[in-house]
Formats: sequence, structure tokens, C-alpha cells
Amino acid sequence: MELAAIFISAVLVQNFVLYYFLGICPFLGVSKRIDSAVSMGLAVTFVMTITAVVSWLINNLILIPYGLDYLQIVSFILVIASLVQLVEMFIRKISPPLYQALGIYLPLITTNCAIMGLALIAALNEYSFVETVIFGFGSGLGFTLAIVLMAGIREQLDLADVPKPLKGAGIALIVAGIMALAFNGFLGMIQ
Amino acid sequence: MIEILVPILTMAVLGFMFSVGLVLAYKKLKVEENPKIAAVNESLPQANCGACGFSGCRAFAEAVVSGKAEVSGCPVGGADTANQVASILGVDAVEVIKKVARLHCRGTLDAAQSRGIYQGIPTCHAAHLVGGNKQCSFGCMGYGDCVRACQFDALYMGENGLPVVREENCTACGKCVDACPRNLFELHPLDQEILVFCRSEDRGPLARKLCKNACIACGICARACPEAIEMENYLAKITDFKKIDPEKIPEIEKCPTDAIGRIHKNDEG
Repeated sequence: MELAAIFISAVLVQNFVLYYFLGICPFLGVSKRIDSAVSMGLAVTFVMTITAVVSWLINNLILIPYGLDYLQIVSFILVIASLVQLVEMFIRKISPPLYQALGIYLPLITTNCAIMGLALIAALNEYSFVETVIFGFGSGLGFTLAIVLMAGIREQLDLADVPKPLKGAGIALIVAGIMALAFNGFLGMIQ
Repeated sequence: MIEILVPILTMAVLGFMFSVGLVLAYKKLKVEENPKIAAVNESLPQANCGACGFSGCRAFAEAVVSGKAEVSGCPVGGADTANQVASILGVDAVEVIKKVARLHCRGTLDAAQSRGIYQGIPTCHAAHLVGGNKQCSFGCMGYGDCVRACQFDALYMGENGLPVVREENCTACGKCVDACPRNLFELHPLDQEILVFCRSEDRGPLARKLCKNACIACGICARACPEAIEMENYLAKITDFKKIDPEKIPEIEKCPTDAIGRIHKNDEG
């Protein structure tokens, strides 16, 4: 029951993009087309899940036993940077068109604060190993959900009659704000 | 001492572990890339200006190697680059005629009638919104948006209020073409001597009233050389420069307002 609560909370209630406002850069940058948004979401989900696992291992097996908690941020950065490199190599090998479509946003996952936030929040909440994995995976799914919804709306927006001053980034930010309000409606679900 | 050594060692070991992991992964996942792409990329000017139509020099190199772009597609590098790229790819070098930007207006401060004193933001785009500072609504306003857009120091504002192109610096990147709110710049081959120096679509008498150097659509040039020049919207238009017979140039230059002719005519005479 506890695990289900963590999962639902990570996906819907405390959604990284729409509740914490972390990871806005790829959220706006790669949400122009649904297919690239899906693959961005999956890449972030992958990185988030693995980051959660590896950072939990480092945190609980190395840092906390030796009283090195203050190295959390530095070592998590190391984990994230290496993992993103790995994902980048992997995607480049498997699907060059996807590599092109994600472009600069793929290496930018390194500096995606959502992933850093995930590692730090998991450490702060002192989740167990299984809880951390569920939390990481759920957060990734939550990010995917948000970015895919956003891409769907923005594909429709291209056809809509948007007032000229609001075209492009302006209307995208307004939509993101309204989506965040809507997601705040989930707040009552988890007590 | 130990307080310092432990974190340093921890981070060093962690970093080492990750780097070993990455090296192993790299060996597995290495992508073989055509070495010609890197070679072509190195011979490009690396201006990343996008004048070739691709997003940067590297994208152009990939396109050339895969046959999607011409060897001579880089206007900034010109003939030298085209020859280098051609030798890398093992194809025959092609003759590249350098292109330069040309201003299609001769509405100097003397020639064009002023409409009043403009005191707004001193850019062409701003002035264009309120109709410009000259009575002619097609001509150059002389606030230098093009000069500011040029990355290659190929444009400067002349004393007569019109921008001047330094041909030797111009790379035909097309930034000035985009910068001008009145679309007065066009890229033409360097050897195209005859140009129409007016964009006014006003009727003849009005155009002449507004600017001494405007095309008044008298049609002298079009009658002199009908195979290459025609009239459109009260404006002479060169449809195909290559068909202009050099012997007919004096005929064309009978233009009463100097709105068409050789670009360097003034220097010679």
C-alpha cells in the first residue's frame, strides 16, 4: 500500500514538472511533437530509474556509513553525468534519427534538475531500496506523462488562432501553468 | 588529515569506476562514422552562419558526404573551400562564382525626398512601422539594420545615407537580406554587372517625384533588351542576366534616372 502511494504520488500528485517545477527546460524544448516527446520522456525515465538505484547504493553503502553525507550532491552529479553519457551512446547506436530529434536536449538531461532533485528527495525521505526504485520510475513516468500531454496540446495549438503576441513560448508557458493548476487538483489524493 | 583524504579518495574511486564503465560501454556502442565527414567539416570555415541552408558547418558536412548538398554549397568558403571539399570527396572541382549582396536602391539623401524628421528608435524596422523617413515607401531608410546584421564587416553606411557593400568581405551569407524590412538586398553573382537599383512600384510620375533615381517604368531598357528585361509592377526586372548582350549595355544605360545599369559605372566615369 505504501509503495502504491509513493508511485501515485510521484506520477500524479507530486509530479516533478507540474508540482516541483523541475525539468522545465526539456519540458518546453522537446514538447513540440508527440513522438519526440515520448522518446524524451522514456530517456528521462530510464535515467531517473537508474539514477535512483545507483544513487541509493552510493548513498546508503558508501556515504552514510562513513559519515560523508555532505558529498551527496557531488557524487550524484557524477552518477547522472555518467548515466547520461551512457544513454547518449546507446541512443546514438540504436536510433540515429532519434538522436537527431532529441538533439541538444539529450546531453542536457545531465543538467536536468528533475533528476538531481529526484536523487536528493529520495535521500531526504530516507526511502528504502524498493521505495527508491518505485519513486524513480514513477517520477520518470510522471515526467513522460506531463511532456506528452504538453506535446499533444502544442500540436493542436499550431492549428489554433493564437493572438500574435502570445505565439510560441508565451502560449506554451500559459498552457503549462494551467496544466500545473489542474494537476494541483490531485493534491487531496494523498494524505 | 583523514577528514580530507577520505572524501577525496571516495570521489576518486567513484569517478574511476564510472569512467571505466563508460570506456567499456563506449567500446561496445561505438558508432562508426564516415571519416570524410570530419575531413569535410575541418575544411569548412566554421562560421556556423547557416547560409548553406543547414544548421551549422557540421550538418553541412554530413549533407555533402551523403550527397544531399552541393560541393560548392558553402557560400562563405567560396571557391577554395569548394575545391578542398571536392578533393576530399574525390569529385571534380566546380567553378564557383562568388556571390555578393547588392542593395537595390539608389535613394540617396540627395535623390530621395524626405518625408519629415524621424525621431523614433533608430532602426529600420522601427522606422518602417511608421512609414519610413523618406517619401518613397520602397526605398532604403538608412538606419543600418543590415550593417549591424553583418558578421563579416562587409557593410558600412556610406555618406550618402545608403549602405555600401565591401565586395571582398561579403560572403553572401544572406543576413542582410533577412535584416532589411524592405527586402532591398539580394544575392547576385559577382560578375553580374547589370542590376536594377530600385524597388519602387509607384507609377512613373509619382516615383520620379519622390526620388530622382527611381525607376519610372519608361521601358527604355526593356525595349533595348526584351529577351532579358521586362517591366513588372511599374518596375524593370532582369529575368535572365546571362542573356544580356554586352553590346546592348549602352542602350540599357540610357535609363533617364540611372535606376538600371552597371554597378560600377560611377567609378569608371
